Amino acid sequence: MNSIEIRDLVLRFGKTTVLQDLDLDIEQGEFLVLLGSSGCGKSTLLNCIAGLLEVSEGQIFINGRNVTWEEPKDRGIGMVFQSYALYPQMTVKGNLSFGLKNAGASKEEIEKRIKNASQMLQIENLLQRKPAELSGGQRQRVAIGRALVRDADVFLFDEPLSNLDAKLRTELRVELKQLHKRLQNTMIYVTHDQIEAMTLADRIAIMKNGFIQQLDSPATIYNRPKNKFVAGFIGSPAMNFLEGTLDCTGEPHFVVGEAKIPLAGYEFSQNLEGKTQSSFGIRPEHIVYGEEAQKAPFNAKVTVDVFEPMGSDTQVWAHVEGQNFRFRIDGRDKIANGDEMLIGFDPACASIFHGETEERI
Amino acid sequence: MSAGRAQAFWLRNLTAKIAAIPMILTSLVIFIGCSIWTVVYSFTSSRSLPVTDFVGFRQYERLFGAHRWSLAVENIAIYGVLTLVFALTVGFILAALLDQKIRFESIFRTIFLYPYAMSFIVTGVVWQWMFNPGLGIQHFVRQLGFENFTFDLISNRNTVIYAIAIAGIWQITGFAMVLMLAGLRAVDDQIWKASRVDGIPAWKTYVMIIIPMMRGVFVTSLVIIAAGIVKLYDLVVAMTNGGPGFASDVPAMYVYNWLFERANLGHAMAASTMMLLTVLIIMVPWFYMEYGRKNKN
Amino acid sequence: MKNEPKGPRPRKAFSPGRIMLYSILVVAAIYYALPLYIMIVTSLKGMPEIRMGNIFAPPVEVTFAPWVKAWDSACTGLYCEGLKVGFWNSVKITVPSVIVSIAVASVNGYALVNWKFKGSEFFFAVLIFGSFIPYQVMLYPLVIITRELGIFGSLWAVIFVHTIFGMPLLTLIFRNYFAALPEELFKAARVDGAGFWGIYWKVLVPMATPIFVVAVILQVTGIWNDFLFGIVFAGQPNFPMTVQLNNIVNTTQGIKEYNVNMAATMLTAMVPLVIYFVSGRFFVRGIAAGAVKG
Ligand SMILES: Nc1ncnc2c1ncn2[C@@H]1O[C@H](COP(=O)(O)OP(=O)(O)OP(=O)(O)O)[C@@H](O)[C@H]1O
Ligand SMILES: [Mg+2]
Repeated sequence: MNSIEIRDLVLRFGKTTVLQDLDLDIEQGEFLVLLGSSGCGKSTLLNCIAGLLEVSEGQIFINGRNVTWEEPKDRGIGMVFQSYALYPQMTVKGNLSFGLKNAGASKEEIEKRIKNASQMLQIENLLQRKPAELSGGQRQRVAIGRALVRDADVFLFDEPLSNLDAKLRTELRVELKQLHKRLQNTMIYVTHDQIEAMTLADRIAIMKNGFIQQLDSPATIYNRPKNKFVAGFIGSPAMNFLEGTLDCTGEPHFVVGEAKIPLAGYEFSQNLEGKTQSSFGIRPEHIVYGEEAQKAPFNAKVTVDVFEPMGSDTQVWAHVEGQNFRFRIDGRDKIANGDEMLIGFDPACASIFHGETEERI
Repeated sequence: MSAGRAQAFWLRNLTAKIAAIPMILTSLVIFIGCSIWTVVYSFTSSRSLPVTDFVGFRQYERLFGAHRWSLAVENIAIYGVLTLVFALTVGFILAALLDQKIRFESIFRTIFLYPYAMSFIVTGVVWQWMFNPGLGIQHFVRQLGFENFTFDLISNRNTVIYAIAIAGIWQITGFAMVLMLAGLRAVDDQIWKASRVDGIPAWKTYVMIIIPMMRGVFVTSLVIIAAGIVKLYDLVVAMTNGGPGFASDVPAMYVYNWLFERANLGHAMAASTMMLLTVLIIMVPWFYMEYGRKNKN
Repeated sequence: MKNEPKGPRPRKAFSPGRIMLYSILVVAAIYYALPLYIMIVTSLKGMPEIRMGNIFAPPVEVTFAPWVKAWDSACTGLYCEGLKVGFWNSVKITVPSVIVSIAVASVNGYALVNWKFKGSEFFFAVLIFGSFIPYQVMLYPLVIITRELGIFGSLWAVIFVHTIFGMPLLTLIFRNYFAALPEELFKAARVDGAGFWGIYWKVLVPMATPIFVVAVILQVTGIWNDFLFGIVFAGQPNFPMTVQLNNIVNTTQGIKEYNVNMAATMLTAMVPLVIYFVSGRFFVRGIAAGAVKG
């Protein structure tokens, strides 16, 4: 049985439609990440699942139960917010127990759950403190604890780490992953940090303008992006795109200006014939240079325009057939502007997108 | 830095200092100087003209012996407590009601706040008219058939201060409401979401979470309204002019009276020093809290 | 399947809670609006109708005679010239007081933010603290000061006093506003060689229009509504409207003409009310700006 099912969800604020005919199935125990740029409707979707926003159309099921009309507290969810949203005048213990007390849980039960949660999150020695006396990381742990004591089936996280500094973010990310491993609950996690998405997720849903563009495992999303938007969104530095023509008249190859890229080994998703205007996408990290390039199925000579040393590696900007192009070389290699370099890649790692539909070919 | 440039810098800053002279004079001469002057002369026997004939605490002894003064103090205490309690609670309740995604919110807000835009004299005159026993509300209810209905707060010595308080509260509540509404709107809406997920009813969220969070707003409103209460004068002048007899006298009126009508400066100064003392007792802890703490951080 | 929860939760158009909410608000609104209503209807009735009817009843026969009388010939003690004298006095007091007090306070705020000098924060703290001192404490010394300056009992004295007592709040809101502007603006102008006044006029004033509007509204209503300073410092010929209103209403001579009183009250309240209804947003902003200390 699916843990969460969303059917034909529509959400409008007045006249603007934020979510449009959205369908989503999430398995029991799955860690799903909603990823997308700002304003694409991630929080809105999460709030719909939580019951904090009333849907305009459609249905939501949690554990097979139709909860479309239910109050958040009855949905069996726990939620963690970006700004922690701790009750500032209560101690940590008060924060953890307030909801339980209000639901009429017995004293022993409350104590037991608080003990459990605080052990798991290592906040036992903070129980008597007020939120103002905690660091950001501790606050977010308490906020997670507040969701934990609810004994929820599903945890919802709305950018829980984005108020923390980079180091803490990495630490808590690992802790979250361990927590998920231990609890085996369904978790839905909103972020616009792709590292978080790639490291945490069982599956990632990439959103844009209220639509889910692709819902797949991190590896699939990285290696076989469904469309040009997903391809450009995932990966840093971003994927290179060469505009040209896909020629399937004989042995398939891609034509960029004078150059011909043979497509032996490329897995086509569509059967096309003849010539098609399209984009050829290749990730900077898949480009090899020097001796390796000579062995690669395709290689070309490029001139270095600009380079940006980043320590471990150096980003090089060059152009191929008049189009900008980026790749990475080892940080120890010497390089100068105007240098000629031989680069190459394996078209099997590339992605080709239709010129008009921008869908993967 | 060369000497010339240092001097130029100093001169440029000089313009700023010259421009700040009004502020410096106001704070030193008026606020500090005049207050000290008043305190000093409260220990003299000055009558229509200030004289430096020091008589110790004689004026204060007379002040505390004066029935009229104790009446004035009692009145301002009743008025103050009522006004603070009602303005803050009603102001908060109205703000909380308006915060429920109300239609026509701005119309309601406009209606609740307009009294605050008017002069205390206007407020006093209108309420005097409504309290008029012969033609006002009492008259209206009696016309409805309740012959024995009495609503004659204003001409009864024991109740006149409540009539003034009703008018004062009517005028100030909107002000409190605006501050509270701003405070409510400043609450992170994720707090509301968290409490909904926790299943806390809205009223309980207000009582247990939101009101404690708004402590600062309450304190600020309280201090501003309290400082206004101590100054209460115009409203009483317009509504009752202190009457019947001295039944609705308040300290500010008492001081005015002894300053300009009875020409007894020393006594008036003693009374105004007591007012100053009251304000200091309210203000110093608050001021210390607000500014002292900030400076430390 | 038909009845399965789907889409938005079905809701009665008005739940009991909502009805209660609106009822409370409407009752409260009626309570707060009532005095204004009574003021208006009373001012439009004749005296016989007032004696016969009740104060809530709308006028049967609308008459503007009380308004004319209140404006033109109502008596304040010995003089029977109506409120018009007071109106023009209030204008003569308000306009210069608003201009002077805002000019001084905006320069203060500017100096406090951008030209800090030793002790400037101290003076500011005293200023804020001073705004809570009851006027009665400083009233008599101010009488002496204005008398020594030779302006006691004139418009100048009132303007002087309003400038002083308007200073704390106005300085505070200008200071906070200027402090929120990016400091680079000021630095860039200074690098360009602009001096104290150059920066004030060319950089800050053009950027501060909204706060000037707030300040003007705050001061116009505050000064128009003032009673104490008018009666103490202005002198009999210059009494502002509030003082004259009080004299008209609370005069002990003659029979009471409640309709004229209410018309006079409406006339006095008119200026601040119009400002409030036209620019409520700025009015509210002024309140909020004054309440945020620090
Ligand atoms: N209460 C509201 N009324 C009207 N429009 C809203 C409301 N809340 C959100 N929106 C709009 O809905 C869209 C989606 O908002 P949402 O908060 O879901 O974005 P998001 O993906 O979470 O973005 P972010 O990464 O910035 O948090 C935005 O365009 C936003 O302007
Ligand atoms: Mg969001």
